[in-house]
Amino acid sequence: MVAKQVFQSWGRVVREPHEALGLSSRHLPLPQPAEPGTTVLPYGNGRSYGDSNLNPGGALLLGAQLDRFISFDAATGVLRCEGGVLLHTVLKLIVPQGWFLPVTPGTQFVTVGGAIANDVHGKNHHVAGSFGNHVRCLELLRSDGTRRVCSPTEQADWFAATIGGLGLTGLITWAEIQLKRVANPFVDSESIRFRCLEEFFELSAASERDFEYTVSWIDCAFEGKRLGRGLFNRANHAPAVIDTSRVPPGLSATVAESARRVPLTPPLSLINTLSLKSFNTLYFHKQRHDVERSLAHYRPFFYPLDALLEWNRIYGPKGFYQYQSVVPPERALDTTRRMLQAIAHSGMGSFLAVLKQFGEPPSRGMLSFPQPGTTLALDFPNQGPRLMRLFDELDRIVLQAGGRLYPAKDGRIGAAHFQAGHPQWQAFSEFVDPRFSSAFWRRVSARPTENT
Amino acid sequence: MNKVLIIGATSAIAEACARVWAQRGDRVFLAARSQAPLQSVADDLRTRGAAFVGHKVFDATAFDQHAALLADATQAMGGLDTVLIAHGTLSDQDRAQKDVPYALREIEVNGTSVVALMTLAGEQLGQQGKGCIGVISSVAGDRGRQSNYVYGSAKALVSAFASGLRQRLHKVGVSVVTIKPGFVDTPMTAHLPKGGPLWAKPDQVARDIVGGMDKGRSVVYTPGFWRLIMLIIKHIPEFVFVKLKL
Repeated sequence: MVAKQVFQSWGRVVREPHEALGLSSRHLPLPQPAEPGTTVLPYGNGRSYGDSNLNPGGALLLGAQLDRFISFDAATGVLRCEGGVLLHTVLKLIVPQGWFLPVTPGTQFVTVGGAIANDVHGKNHHVAGSFGNHVRCLELLRSDGTRRVCSPTEQADWFAATIGGLGLTGLITWAEIQLKRVANPFVDSESIRFRCLEEFFELSAASERDFEYTVSWIDCAFEGKRLGRGLFNRANHAPAVIDTSRVPPGLSATVAESARRVPLTPPLSLINTLSLKSFNTLYFHKQRHDVERSLAHYRPFFYPLDALLEWNRIYGPKGFYQYQSVVPPERALDTTRRMLQAIAHSGMGSFLAVLKQFGEPPSRGMLSFPQPGTTLALDFPNQGPRLMRLFDELDRIVLQAGGRLYPAKDGRIGAAHFQAGHPQWQAFSEFVDPRFSSAFWRRVSARPTENT
Repeated sequence: MNKVLIIGATSAIAEACARVWAQRGDRVFLAARSQAPLQSVADDLRTRGAAFVGHKVFDATAFDQHAALLADATQAMGGLDTVLIAHGTLSDQDRAQKDVPYALREIEVNGTSVVALMTLAGEQLGQQGKGCIGVISSVAGDRGRQSNYVYGSAKALVSAFASGLRQRLHKVGVSVVTIKPGFVDTPMTAHLPKGGPLWAKPDQVARDIVGGMDKGRSVVYTPGFWRLIMLIIKHIPEFVFVKLKL
């Protein structure tokens, strides 16, 4: 009898027992599950929202245990490290030496291996593409003991399958990343209020050339006149010479990292229609002027939620779903409006609604999520069938527009939808390690049924 | 700048301690059984900021190699201030209670080899009149229990020896710190069912260890609540203890 432990994903909807397999050295072959024939899946820091990082009934490779740096050249900004190193650890090493992550997601508590396996994107997608675009090479360890060093030019097909490959092609033991230069840890940002979706698209188009980072918070609690209002945020890394009159008191390069923790899971979701409408109204009006400029440390700018550890508990014991889609630019305005209307109409508005224009840099992965167009990311407390009906409606709108969903956030889409959105899925499946699997992969690689 | 020799440097607890020293910019010299993992720990510590990282493949049961290790480390770092003895194995109790050669080998790895190293380190640091020896013992050494008494008795040897050495070296300005970790979540214990507050992460344990060695504490339980748990376990009367499943 194998002792199992319960693992969960960030959305806390799925909590299932798994056999846990430790990784003590990247030089060793993969550990074997106790029962032969059991599948395995690398599990990093558990930040994927749905079920792409879980393998119920099988085993998980504790990827976060491979957390050693291998080399860092402060002259060229080339970093080589094991797959389990957290971006948080990378930043602590590189920022004081004048470097930054080329692409970062909204949390620094993900592993490098996870960032590659989900080909994560950030606020600079329109100029930098996604994380995989900055990976110089990586090593893939397969269940048969073979090791492949892959890059865009060497074993390029394996590289393309592994970038965004959801950990299914083997274990990423180490990777080499090209970092980007920064002069200091600060970010110079502007927050601009917009009152409708058209304004969002105009602001995006006007900001893409001069601002490395753009992202918007959008209010989807209200229908009618307030639909599509929000705050547009655009920013650049601060230059070497900062206008000292703009430095707010207390801002320093060595600002202490402080974080609070959600101490327990409340019996009910703290996010509901009432709290959401009040929050959104306050948030929209939090700035006095339509445009506000500020200088901030990179941590509150890129990772506001990391200051509240285990914030996923606020959605209560049933957990929450995240829904992130991208739709091509041609019908983006109309499609986004239809989605927001459907959400506002359902009364299940989203607390964290984020809108962003992806740019042209092509993703390298066969299953990579980013593509040119508009991406909308939403959180919903798990309200069961009612929420699933809304998701089905959103699915139809996205699919009709030629869009797709982000596997790292998903815990429910059907095979047909996934396969339509990721036409390379079948070619990708040739690279899946025969001993690797996940709950997500079993669901979306199934033969589509009539009603999905 | 601290010059630290770490024996058993690829164990998760020792590696976590080494990271604390590396980040402070100390010099470290690492010893462990196999080359490849040792090299990867060395590369990591160098990247994290250690002022110097040396390493040597070392088998703790090769007693004739002990003196050479201390000499190499001292020469490479230009001195020796701190020694952390952290090597060991997680003994298979079922096997150890039937197989005498195996039981004695486990006692050697976890007990007598540690005693030998403490003796040499004690001599060297005692002569220079300063320094610190940290030794990883275990809560398992506080009282023999049916589930791990072979491992536990080796650790009891380490704890008792360290106690005497501490008393002797205290007079010349050298501290000896007995470290007693509870359950630590490492690759070696990944297969064990966890959850609950008894399990600690290696980096928490490392902060306790390095902090305890900085202050020259005598006995460091990590996490600290184990001191209370073991106090209770040690005081259970034997006639009750023999009936327990612990």
